Amino acid sequence: MNTLVDIRRLKKHFPIVGGVFRRPVGAVKAVDGVSLAIKRGQWLGLVGESGCGKTTLAKTLVRLIKPTSGHIYFDVPDETKALIEDLESQGKNNTKLTYLLKENDLGTFSGDRVRLFHRRAQLVHQDPFTSLDPRMKIKNTVAEPLKIHRVLSGHAVETAIEELLGRVGLTAGQSERYPHQFSGGQRQRIAIARALATKPEFIAFDEPTSALDVSVQAQILNLLKDLRKEFGLTYLYITHELLIAESVCDYIAVMYLGKVVEMGRPEEIFHAPRHPYSQSLVAATPVPDPKRRVGRIVLPGEVPSPANPPPGCTFHPRCSRASKECHELEPPLEPVGGDHYVACFHPL
Amino acid sequence: MRDLVRIRDLTVRFYTYEGVVHAIDDLDLDIRQGETLGIVGETGSGKSMTALAILRLIPYPGKIESGSIVFCDRDSGAELELLRLGEDRMRSIRGNKISMVFQEPGAALNPVYTIGDQISEVFLLHRRQELGCRARERVDSLLRDGNGFGTSVKRPFWRWQSRLYSKIAGEPHALEPRFLSHLPLFRRLLWRLPDEANLLTVDMLKDVEIPDPARVAAHYPHELSGGMKQRAVIAMALACSPELLIADEPTTSLDVTIQAQMLELFRRIKADKGASVLFVTHNLGVASEVCDRVAVMYAGRLCEVCTVEELFLHPLHPYTKALLNAVPIPGKELQTIPGALADALNPPPGCRFHPRCPSATPMCQQERPKLKLVAKDHMVACYLF
Repeated sequence: MNTLVDIRRLKKHFPIVGGVFRRPVGAVKAVDGVSLAIKRGQWLGLVGESGCGKTTLAKTLVRLIKPTSGHIYFDVPDETKALIEDLESQGKNNTKLTYLLKENDLGTFSGDRVRLFHRRAQLVHQDPFTSLDPRMKIKNTVAEPLKIHRVLSGHAVETAIEELLGRVGLTAGQSERYPHQFSGGQRQRIAIARALATKPEFIAFDEPTSALDVSVQAQILNLLKDLRKEFGLTYLYITHELLIAESVCDYIAVMYLGKVVEMGRPEEIFHAPRHPYSQSLVAATPVPDPKRRVGRIVLPGEVPSPANPPPGCTFHPRCSRASKECHELEPPLEPVGGDHYVACFHPL
Repeated sequence: MRDLVRIRDLTVRFYTYEGVVHAIDDLDLDIRQGETLGIVGETGSGKSMTALAILRLIPYPGKIESGSIVFCDRDSGAELELLRLGEDRMRSIRGNKISMVFQEPGAALNPVYTIGDQISEVFLLHRRQELGCRARERVDSLLRDGNGFGTSVKRPFWRWQSRLYSKIAGEPHALEPRFLSHLPLFRRLLWRLPDEANLLTVDMLKDVEIPDPARVAAHYPHELSGGMKQRAVIAMALACSPELLIADEPTTSLDVTIQAQMLELFRRIKADKGASVLFVTHNLGVASEVCDRVAVMYAGRLCEVCTVEELFLHPLHPYTKALLNAVPIPGKELQTIPGALADALNPPPGCRFHPRCPSATPMCQQERPKLKLVAKDHMVACYLF
């Protein structure tokens, strides 16, 4: 399996402006140095609490927002990436590096190049009640990407819409309706159909089921499974519900305050977590089994503000294992065997 | 265990332009003393409406059509028929005997008053006599111990205050204090009531584990995080040590780690205060964490009422089984429930689950199954049993 998406040291800081001249006085460090690789065909789960930068990461990844620094490579050969790294480490500002970045790094793209990229990567938003235009018939909503990307025209669009709606479990007769005539689950299906319209290789899902009921959630998850098999898609799946991540994802990254603290396969994260934060997150998840009530770890305090993150390891104010080292130095994400990575000085 | 609330044949309908929505249909439910009863179900199953019906807070155009809700007051032993009480009596029960925690703490708090003011209001409304007593004691101790030049000037006012507060302690709406409270300058004689309420508020905030409660009491809601706001709302609901605490999806808008803190808090409250909790949730994991008994609702009707162990180990109703199978559990194939949630405007006849039920019989399409006791503490509304 080759790597489809590769992000290196990605940062997205939102400036806080103040004063008469609206000068930046600080920054919300929504994503603060994330390196992540998604293999082709993989279903990567991104878990974390609200405000830890999951959504910003996804939006930056599909280039709805421009990153502050760092690189995003989408389907770039390893040799090119290695060459860029090499040139960067030399620290010289040469034209070859500039050219390579302009050609390969998504973060530097603009205009038409971003649009061309959007044909290959799509995003499904969290809330199907706000992500669909209430004044557009759903056939127009689904057709919009086809028109913007000039994939199809004329009658071909109509047949494509019919096919897409059928694929996500809606009937062609419903295509003349407006979003308010559909239930939450159906609306999310429409949003998925819209994302599929341009036949992308990669889809990022931003908590697609958090607004839905359990039974509907199961339907959507099964649909996503089928679609992945059928079209060979690669998924980035953002969720705050760990049970979903564990049951559907191939690989999981745990985020805390703009940083990835642990990455690994679901069984590693859930049965042998190495980072204290992942451990408490797993323990805090309510499991529908009355026998498993005991032995939970309740984390003290709350997530600090990303505008003013604590120095050193961002988790140290809430961590029971924190030492002097954690207050001062930032732990790097290091492999602890196989595909399992942890950013902690005192892993469990 | 004795019942605290007995709901019988409760029917709630919404008269909308599109037609009549059958939100709750002939619901029978008991809440026992000192237990946590969970109501689980999907959106539109009527679980929140059941909670609101107990407090008679069904919003327009909804109406409680028929039925009875009997509240057995633990202190006085009286049995009150909530649906027949006058609005004044109902107000003395809301927030006092029965209180509620809403889903969205940001929307439940008033943005223009401080947290302290909003919690104090509960005490000023329902605990006026107690506040009067405490204020009088404070003034009396000043009269006893005060000395020096300043005190001799203030003494007559203190005596007046003491008399006013003892009147309030005897009769919360006594004429003289009520009259004075409308007069400028004179109303300042009563300033010790909100002051005492504020002290009780700080105690309350400390009780729900808010760090630095005195400072938080002076904050406005927007200055607090979601978890803190929910704690403040819980403190408000617990202010008068209610006998029934209704929690309508109290953790849905919170993160898992904060949710774990809240569930821990609910468990502690129940152990400390011995109050009954009606816990409305759609999250089966949360229900299994906090509840003693669980009622499963579907399309305005109860499917199954049983202990939490029974629910997860031996579910009987086909809907309960389907709902449990739809929860993602690692290593298990996700099973979906065929079809869509029953239309509340035109509910299917007979058992409302029959169009989606794998084991439906012709009988299910015609007549509605009654809730039957099939084992100890286990009731099911299904013809299979």
